[in-house]
Amino acid sequence: MIKVYIPRDTAAISMGADDVAKAIASLPEDIHVIRNGTWGMTYLEPLVEVETQKGRIAYGPVQVSDIPSLYKAGFLDGADHELCQGPTAEIDYLKNQERLTFARCGLVDPLSIDDYIKNGGFQGLKRALKLSEKNIIDDVMTSGLRGRGGAAFPTGIKWNTVLETEADQKYICCNADEGDSGTFSDRILMESDPFCLIEGMIIAGLAVKATKGYIYLRSEYPLCKVVLNDAIRTAKAQNYLGSSICDSDKEFDIEVRIGAGSYVCGEETAMLESLEGKRGMVRAKPPLPAHVGLFGKPTVINNVLSLASIPIILAKGGEYYKDFGIGRSRGTIAFQLAGNVKRGGLVEKAFGITLGDMIDRYGGGTYSGKNIKAVQVGGPLGAYIPPENFDLPLDYEAFSEAGAVLGHGGIVIFDETADMKEQAKFAFDFCAIESCGKCTPCRIGSTRGSEQIEKGNLELTEELCDLMDTSSLCAMGGMTPIPVKSAMKHWPKDFEN
Amino acid sequence: MVDLNKAQEIVDHYSQVEGGLLECLHGLQQAFGYVPKETIDIMADGFNISRAEVHGVISYYHDFRLKPYGRTVVRICQAEACQAMGSRALSAHVAKKMGIDVGKSNEEYTLEAVYCFGNCALSPNLEINGKLHARVDQDNFDELIKKEGAV
Repeated sequence: MIKVYIPRDTAAISMGADDVAKAIASLPEDIHVIRNGTWGMTYLEPLVEVETQKGRIAYGPVQVSDIPSLYKAGFLDGADHELCQGPTAEIDYLKNQERLTFARCGLVDPLSIDDYIKNGGFQGLKRALKLSEKNIIDDVMTSGLRGRGGAAFPTGIKWNTVLETEADQKYICCNADEGDSGTFSDRILMESDPFCLIEGMIIAGLAVKATKGYIYLRSEYPLCKVVLNDAIRTAKAQNYLGSSICDSDKEFDIEVRIGAGSYVCGEETAMLESLEGKRGMVRAKPPLPAHVGLFGKPTVINNVLSLASIPIILAKGGEYYKDFGIGRSRGTIAFQLAGNVKRGGLVEKAFGITLGDMIDRYGGGTYSGKNIKAVQVGGPLGAYIPPENFDLPLDYEAFSEAGAVLGHGGIVIFDETADMKEQAKFAFDFCAIESCGKCTPCRIGSTRGSEQIEKGNLELTEELCDLMDTSSLCAMGGMTPIPVKSAMKHWPKDFEN
Repeated sequence: MVDLNKAQEIVDHYSQVEGGLLECLHGLQQAFGYVPKETIDIMADGFNISRAEVHGVISYYHDFRLKPYGRTVVRICQAEACQAMGSRALSAHVAKKMGIDVGKSNEEYTLEAVYCFGNCALSPNLEINGKLHARVDQDNFDELIKKEGAV
């Protein structure tokens, strides 16, 4: 029997993976099609892998129309073909990454709990079950892990605050409202290795004495919902979730809740409101969610990737994780190459590689073949960076010193046809559409900003930016000025009327 | 006519779920294709909140609608990664082809803006009747819509 892997991943499916899977399954051979997750080499999707004696051989991007010629060339024996990329593990794009959080993505069948266990799964949980709450948190502190959603707050400190807050009920909320354009790493993790997120959430529950977890998932990710719910069902059936986790006296349960298309619900307090079934209005802080969170109870709110990094930290120890990275940015981060890029996809690297290296070595330049004009890092609230600054190392502090944000690791590339005035105006327009409306600088400032840019009144725009920056309630209004100001600073010609 | 018994069943179920109003709205929308106005009273009763609060939640979120979609629904990404790959021109083309503006709906067609499908390495993206398509350009949109939506 020949094993053929074809990803069940939103990107691969959007390029025809389901039809490719059907066509390959109907070849007159003894074929077992496995729908694995994606490796994150999105530019090669649909990436078909055939298991051979030499390992898994990759072909991509494969269309249904390529299958007759692949079959004729003998791809089921790993034969050469113009789409052959060689052994998957040897593809440069993948080989040169440091895969900690995403180690299993692409490798395994996402819904096979046996695959998960065979590849190191639940080792972290097994160890955590033997540790005290304090010791689990110590390990997370040692690892240096900081929130991967964008705010980069130390995860261990957050957990400790919740642990030290007395309450009859505490919650773990996973923020899976990955709304930043140019980001898809949470989606890939959830579609390709859902048990990893589940394990991370269980460990978080053990660490702070929370018994209930919610995953707040954006509605734009329907496949994640299916995969997560399937995985949760399996984990329950096998006693990893429920009232006696792995036959211990600990309990933990997870429920998936679906958002409804609001960007600002990715802000943690708006997310809590939304989880409570209300309008996603931002809450003033304090009180911190760690003290008064979901339904008024102490709550850990972590991004998908923060939680998915926990299993390996607990399995291998905080020191192991801390050995990756530079300065105060420890471990790895999933970068996502997006927009006008030749080789788009997910690249998990230790902090410290320069932006230019990431774009050239991995991205391979623009998709259009034209020169790069600007790169927006960190989502819609991130700065536009010109090629002169591509020597910037990808770490939290270096970016913040340069007035930019690393955020959730999204890197959107624009070629020379981009009009930066349009992009600056869009930043305001997007803020106007998505503002929750609670604070005036964001609600009104966004609309006035868009008008001022249109009119070419740059001085007033600058002033407005400063006001929004200093007096908005949350990052939506507070950071919208970042893309606007960076565009005005680096491409003044685009703003001349 | 809206089957109010069915609506009542859905509300009864989700009002038992902690913070279940959003899930309830998703449930109603799945059953009816939209949130019928007649169900607002039922929700207000079921969740023990005012009708204004129910309406506030419905109107806050882009996903909820008080009217049915058109027969063919196109949702097109308007965010940065797709902009970098020409989504502005594509949107204009799609709007012209369908004969309605982005954000508008009629019996035949609905054309909605979406801010990111999370498929940004393969931009530009759009969805036709629930199916996501990547690397869409003007030519293959015309073919896709013929196949999937019959413009």
